[in-house]
Amino acid sequence: MQRQQEKPTSKLRRFRLYGPCSHVFDASHTGSWRVERPDVAFDKCVKCGICATCCPANVITVDKGSAECVRIMWDYCKGCGICANECPQKAIAMIPERSVK
Amino acid sequence: MFDIVKEASGLVSHGVSACAGCGLELIIRNVLGVLGEDTTIVIPPGCSALFCGYGPNAGMRVSGLQGNLENTAAYAAGIKAGYAMQGNHHTTVLGFAGDGATVDIGIQSLSGVMERRDKVMYICYDNEAYMNTGIQGSSSSPVGAWTTTTPGGKPTRRKDLLRIAMAHDIPYCASASLANIPDLRKKVQKAKDTDGPSLLHIHCPCPTGWRYHPSKTIEVAKSAVQSGAWLLYEYCDGNITVNTKFKELKPIEVYFSLQGRFKGVNDEGMAEIQQQVKSQYEALLALAGLE
Ligand SMILES: Cc1ncc(C[n+]2csc(CCOP(=O)(O)OP(=O)(O)O)c2C)c(N)n1
Ligand code: SF4
Ligand SMILES: [Mg+2]
Repeated sequence: MQRQQEKPTSKLRRFRLYGPCSHVFDASHTGSWRVERPDVAFDKCVKCGICATCCPANVITVDKGSAECVRIMWDYCKGCGICANECPQKAIAMIPERSVK
Repeated sequence: MFDIVKEASGLVSHGVSACAGCGLELIIRNVLGVLGEDTTIVIPPGCSALFCGYGPNAGMRVSGLQGNLENTAAYAAGIKAGYAMQGNHHTTVLGFAGDGATVDIGIQSLSGVMERRDKVMYICYDNEAYMNTGIQGSSSSPVGAWTTTTPGGKPTRRKDLLRIAMAHDIPYCASASLANIPDLRKKVQKAKDTDGPSLLHIHCPCPTGWRYHPSKTIEVAKSAVQSGAWLLYEYCDGNITVNTKFKELKPIEVYFSLQGRFKGVNDEGMAEIQQQVKSQYEALLALAGLE
């Protein structure tokens, strides 16, 4: 249950607001959900960016200038596998999270 | 306005507790990506409420309100009117609701907004059931679909939200899908720029409720469009534009076989549904004056 806030949400006097009101922009550690993780074969990647546009969590960056061209924010990747399914080059494989590679 | 604890590259936090592979998460990121920070979002209970956050924590960096299941559109109209009184004519007020909150429980308030010509933008993300409370059937669940309240497959056809909107003759409404994200973004922009009520009906695959592997969300969305189960079109100032035209629709069986919820549909049912889908597509072409 949400409780009434004790402190006002904003310090600005005009907008002083007492809750229940969400005002802390935060992120949960959804990376802990992952049972499989995307493993990118960088040599197969053509840097089209499809994996990044299809990622529901918006955690993929395709960096054209770098050898490791696909970067993933592991704190938040839920391991859904959409990137692997949509990659036209089949450059992404889903591997068990606890395997060593 | 917000205390930023963890940065995000967009307006939506990266760690939101929507299921892995949720279509809704991709939709809301794209919607807010187009609309920008100058937006006030009204969200009813449902899976989209996950983005409102929990307790003091917010999942989005825009102003907003979590309302009730019945009156998303009415809240939005009230906020818009309040802004107008303050001399603010620039903020986009968006109602962002599920199918249950739109075609069933919130339909009267949406109808009111459309009739009054309030300048409100409304998006219905359609995951074709009441997902957040455990996959109960809604009047947007397609015929044949298993839900916990239609264990033998839904016997009746779905309500056609866009036809209801067109009957109100609002300036802009359209259907969209994750099958074509650039098209979806274009339509969000158009809806934003509309002077008057605008409505988007977005197909939203849900791995949890539709019984498919989370990695297949986009594949399922594409298959729905190719089979004609989800038709992409726009209604703008009285004219209908069909965005995807086909020489021949793919068999509905292909779309159904990707998902567990249609397992109970037998051959006879399949043939009947195939016929319905085909006649719906033809009816749309006729409505658009293409036949
Ligand atoms: C009047 C009312 N009835 C029932 C509920 C319980 N309820 C909360 S969320 C929800 C499901 C909403 O379904 P939908 O709008 O399709 O959104 P989804 O969860 O599928 O994203 C229901 C029934 C409620 N909050 N208010
Ligand atoms: S139940 Fe469906 S719509 Fe709701 S968060 Fe999960 S995948 Fe998304
Ligand atoms: Mg729903």
